[in-house]
Amino acid sequence: MVGAALAVAAVAAAAAMIAGAVLPARSRVVWVGVCTALCATAGGAAATAVLTGSSTFQANFPNLFPLGGVRIEFDALSAIFSLATAIVAVPAAIYGIGYSAHGPSSRTVQIAWPLLVWSVMMVPAAGSVTGLIAFWELMALSSLVLVLAEHHHNVEARSAAQWYAAMTHLSLLAIVLALVVLAHQAGGDSFTAVRAGAGDLSPATASVVFLLSLVGFGAKAGVVPLHVWLPRAHPEAPSHVSAMMSGAMVALGVYGLVRVGWDLLGGGPTWWGAVVLAIGLASAMFGILHALLSSDLKRLLAYSTTENMGLVFIGVGAAGMFAPSGNRSLASVALAASMLLVINHAAFKGLLFLGAGSILSATGTRDLDRLGGLARRMPVTAATFAIGSLAIAALPPLNGFVSEWLLLQSLVHSLPSNAAVVAVAMPVAVAVVALTGGLAAATFVKAFGTTFLAMPRSVEAGQAHESPRTMQVGLVALSGVCVALALAPTALTSPLRRVSAAVGGLADGAPIRTNGVYLQLSGIQAGLSPLLLATGLAVLMIAVLAVVRRGRLHRTVRDIPAWGCGRTVQTARMEYTATSFAEPLQRVFDDVLHPEIDIDVDHHVESRHYVQAIRYRMKIRDGFEHRLYLPLLAVARRWGDGARRIQNGSIHRYLAYSLITLITVLVVSR
Amino acid sequence: MSPTGIAVAVLQVILTIAVAPLLVGMMRVIRARLEGRVGAPIRQPWRDLRKLLRKQRMVSQNTGVVFSIAPLVLLASAALVAGIVPFLSTTSALDQVGDLFAIVYLLLLGTVFLSLAGLDAGTAFGGMGSSREMTIAAIAEPTLLVAIFALSVSTGSSNLGAIVADTLANPSKAASPASMLAFSALAVVTIAETGRIPVDNPSTHLELTMIHEAMILEYSGPDLALVELAAHLRLVVFLGLLANLFFPWGIATTAQPLHLLAAAGAVTVKLIVLAAVIAAAEVFIAKVRLFRVPELLAASFVLAFLAVTVSFFLV
Repeated sequence: MVGAALAVAAVAAAAAMIAGAVLPARSRVVWVGVCTALCATAGGAAATAVLTGSSTFQANFPNLFPLGGVRIEFDALSAIFSLATAIVAVPAAIYGIGYSAHGPSSRTVQIAWPLLVWSVMMVPAAGSVTGLIAFWELMALSSLVLVLAEHHHNVEARSAAQWYAAMTHLSLLAIVLALVVLAHQAGGDSFTAVRAGAGDLSPATASVVFLLSLVGFGAKAGVVPLHVWLPRAHPEAPSHVSAMMSGAMVALGVYGLVRVGWDLLGGGPTWWGAVVLAIGLASAMFGILHALLSSDLKRLLAYSTTENMGLVFIGVGAAGMFAPSGNRSLASVALAASMLLVINHAAFKGLLFLGAGSILSATGTRDLDRLGGLARRMPVTAATFAIGSLAIAALPPLNGFVSEWLLLQSLVHSLPSNAAVVAVAMPVAVAVVALTGGLAAATFVKAFGTTFLAMPRSVEAGQAHESPRTMQVGLVALSGVCVALALAPTALTSPLRRVSAAVGGLADGAPIRTNGVYLQLSGIQAGLSPLLLATGLAVLMIAVLAVVRRGRLHRTVRDIPAWGCGRTVQTARMEYTATSFAEPLQRVFDDVLHPEIDIDVDHHVESRHYVQAIRYRMKIRDGFEHRLYLPLLAVARRWGDGARRIQNGSIHRYLAYSLITLITVLVVSR
Repeated sequence: MSPTGIAVAVLQVILTIAVAPLLVGMMRVIRARLEGRVGAPIRQPWRDLRKLLRKQRMVSQNTGVVFSIAPLVLLASAALVAGIVPFLSTTSALDQVGDLFAIVYLLLLGTVFLSLAGLDAGTAFGGMGSSREMTIAAIAEPTLLVAIFALSVSTGSSNLGAIVADTLANPSKAASPASMLAFSALAVVTIAETGRIPVDNPSTHLELTMIHEAMILEYSGPDLALVELAAHLRLVVFLGLLANLFFPWGIATTAQPLHLLAAAGAVTVKLIVLAAVIAAAEVFIAKVRLFRVPELLAASFVLAFLAVTVSFFLV
């Protein structure tokens, strides 16, 4: 069953690529979308089968590559990430049909898109070092092509692609180094062999491998300080690709880290977890602060991806800290929180990026300060974006709250503990998760409020129309997933048990139990019922409505102008903008963010006492980029300039170099 | 979920809704007397609500669905919390439905909807109020959750019923340093979240200093009544949390009518004491500048953080 589904996925992906290559532009987009959706559905079916049954799937393709074959091993840990991929890929593929019709419909893009979906689906399924690296690189290259999809009219995309290419290949380098050390030690490249051989590694080597994989997979997850590519590349890709990259691809960084660190290596000392936790805390804070102050909708969403991956890292790191001290059941809860957040993040971030795509194609802008009033013009987009915003702000009764609650429970119940590092780290972690939650609420009030409410702030926003049907289908499907995950997280209890069984070095047992509608945690006396919370809210709202709106008088509503201190006309220029909404919080976090603010005042020609125009510019520089990357780039450039002196174009000199090299080689290898 | 449990929850919701405006009326009377005024009678807030409920709905142009449903969500979330918090009895059916974290996020849900409504009319005041409200809500969040952390460490659970039962069983806990630090942290957050002086002034209509009032400036008639009632209810919920988490004596551990009656009396006395202290204190202090509020909240965060670490180092 699992094998058949994976085969269907491969065939569908191939069909989609062929359709992208041979069909004419109009039907190309449709067939590519349909086949890609089919591929993702098949992958999702395979993942569901593994997560609900107890079987795993294995297959061997020894002759696929000349040096090492490809091995497929599809266990519960793979499946949960493939499921997250399917959750975002199926709606994104359908959405892509409508989105590409007037946008990125070129052959290259339409071939790269199914390849991206399939490779993201298959990275977790790889059961050998060669397989993992092959799918990883396919994923990196196809997404790189897609980031460049709109490069001809979008100059930003080119520099974004350069950053992405450099970072993703640095990440590949680190991953290859880590995995090669492992495979060399084990004498074979299948994960089974690696797992068996990892026990013989010295603790120092194991830690080096872990740190290398942390760098490699952390760069893909977009965590601080390796995040620099993410807020550049994700906004520039076509929106359904952004959804795929942000919702599913970055999560594979977490997959890789858990797979290598706690499955293949079998776990390590407490400080592994502490490092991951610290990176998670820094990423969550950094990501949400930049998201809060960003006025570019897609950039805001990209920064919020860094924040969410930070939260996932907090869960994984906390689990890595609990497990060595023997608190396996709490580690299982923390890991379950992370995995649930991965699934939830795929649903709501995918939804939000698709919504941003609808806004972008309807108005031509992603600048929040130029949007507004879209709720009336694009009701479907508005309603679905609202669901996504409430979910990502972790508000009950939506799905984000369930994973946030699990994460908080796992952190809170780490005390009383006899380790001082846990006693100090956990309150800090809870505070960061709380502040992140509060700032995320502010961020998405800003994003939703300035985009959809009040009056349009530009002509384009005033003339927007609802997007085509296929795009609406994608939006509605993903918001349905968010609601379903919110009301019935209890359905995920046995899948999460299988995942924790698959990560031997970290967790065991069933992290979440359920009796009907309640979620209960193993070893923790705490309960939550998202379904009953939602029911309670609904019942109370209806009750209030019934009490208040009894009379006939209340059914008639009078439209009145907004109160405005005696002015006669209300214009959009009087509204709060996204920038002004975030200004108080920007002042509060001034010392962390160091915004550059320019205010130009033009005075009237006649008198300096009259102001003609005021221009306000605010720029938040990325501290890591400024202090870490730019100096590094400057050094690299100096080296490049030095190398230019050796390489001056003279053929005689090059012949001399060859001769010297030849002689050196002969001398050395004699 | 037993029928008596549901009955207790419903009773709590109804009683808190009935009491909330009276408590606010009492606070106004105390304030007026201390300032040398006679003041309106205690039942004035109920009269205001009744008057507002009878009026026609008026809705500003440009607003949409969010503006209309925000009061409902706000009141419903506050009422749901009132059903979860153990006011009368630890046997509320909602106790297993949500814990302290759920309460915090439910209240945040109401705040978020009201902020969106503030933005919906497109006026400068609404936006200003929303922006300030979300600022304060966001930076109050760490104190709230870390204080909950401190409370749940010694009990081993974040469920309200469990915490209350644990304090009832070990009365010395109420006087422990962790408990007192957490109480002071939560008290500061209560002031901030309910919009009292020195963070916000509920009776101001001076444009540049308003927070809550700026956000709800466009509401009138029955919608305003809901928003006002929800604000009163949130005050009672926060005070009730402070009262019963730290001084739970008098609360019923069964659902027998006599016990519930006694518990209602006990919680009313506690609420009156807390409200009177706040009202009296408000007479003597001034509202601080908006950008000094973060300092206040940072101080309360330090208290909450100490509460957690103290319970580690002393246990």
